[in-house]
Amino acid sequence: MFDNKRDREDPEVGGAGMADIAFLLLIFFLLVTTIDVDTGIGLQLPPAPEENQEPPPIKERNLLNILVNSQGMVLIDEEPTPVSQVKQTVKEFITNRGQNPELSDSPDKAIVSIKTDRATPYNVYIDMLDEVMGAYAELRNQEAQQRFGVRYSQLEDESDEQKAVKDEYPKKISIAEPNQ
Amino acid sequence: MGHFEKKSADTQQDIPTSAMPDVVFMLLIFFMVTTVLREVTLQVQIDYARAENIEKIEQKRLVSYIYVGPEKLQGNQLGSTKIQIDDSIIEDVGAVQQLMYDKLKEEPRLIVSLRVHDETEFGIVTDIQEELRDAGTLRINYSTNQEQ
Repeated sequence: MFDNKRDREDPEVGGAGMADIAFLLLIFFLLVTTIDVDTGIGLQLPPAPEENQEPPPIKERNLLNILVNSQGMVLIDEEPTPVSQVKQTVKEFITNRGQNPELSDSPDKAIVSIKTDRATPYNVYIDMLDEVMGAYAELRNQEAQQRFGVRYSQLEDESDEQKAVKDEYPKKISIAEPNQ
Repeated sequence: MGHFEKKSADTQQDIPTSAMPDVVFMLLIFFMVTTVLREVTLQVQIDYARAENIEKIEQKRLVSYIYVGPEKLQGNQLGSTKIQIDDSIIEDVGAVQQLMYDKLKEEPRLIVSLRVHDETEFGIVTDIQEELRDAGTLRINYSTNQEQ
């Protein structure tokens, strides 16, 4: 009667689909994984002022005052400057080496001071800061090319070569107290 | 003379695929372990500013973010500019100092990344910077996207 059980299959779970399941999971993880590396403009803030501490005296010629006002205009030493011109102006100021009495004595004494108003649009500030960083990046690249024949970015971190270039053109950017 | 019959090679010609699931599982486990799902739900709207001369921050562990932008309200409305740290909106700028000081205690090499909506007025960023100076977290980073 019911004894035709000879051709019954083995009661086992097939392992063939396992790879596909794992692949699906893998693809899912590959898709949802976001390895977003944060990019941006790095800056070192000045430390909090001590009580009754006089700021160190700085010669006026070694200070480049950049003001971004509330209308989004950039003024460099009281001179209205289009944002596209900032890089050139900063480079001239840094590499003056005492020729023009209005500009800096030497690159390591040159200080770029940035001042903003409360209503300054953020994107104008970033554009301006980008230009200043660009000026330093170009100067450092030049220096690295001259001395070592490679781009600055190719110098190893913390190496003597990189340090030498950094010492030649130290980034001295000061954030001035804003106007209230 | 008798003929010698050449023995046919009886080796398998195909690569065994039985270990494939194991390989895939290895990859899967690798991805599961290395994935950091530390997602912050943004409560403020942020459109990043763009810049050319930017650096990458490789050490993600050192970074903590401050988000500044108009608050997202219900129904795609945007409210006034607010500060968000981790998962909560900070109403008072004065609270930033304590929060960041605690983070600095845990991680002395802390980098504070400011993610600011590009049409924000700079005054609020100035206030945050003052707070950061008081907290002693001096390494900051303005988060921007690469300009093409």
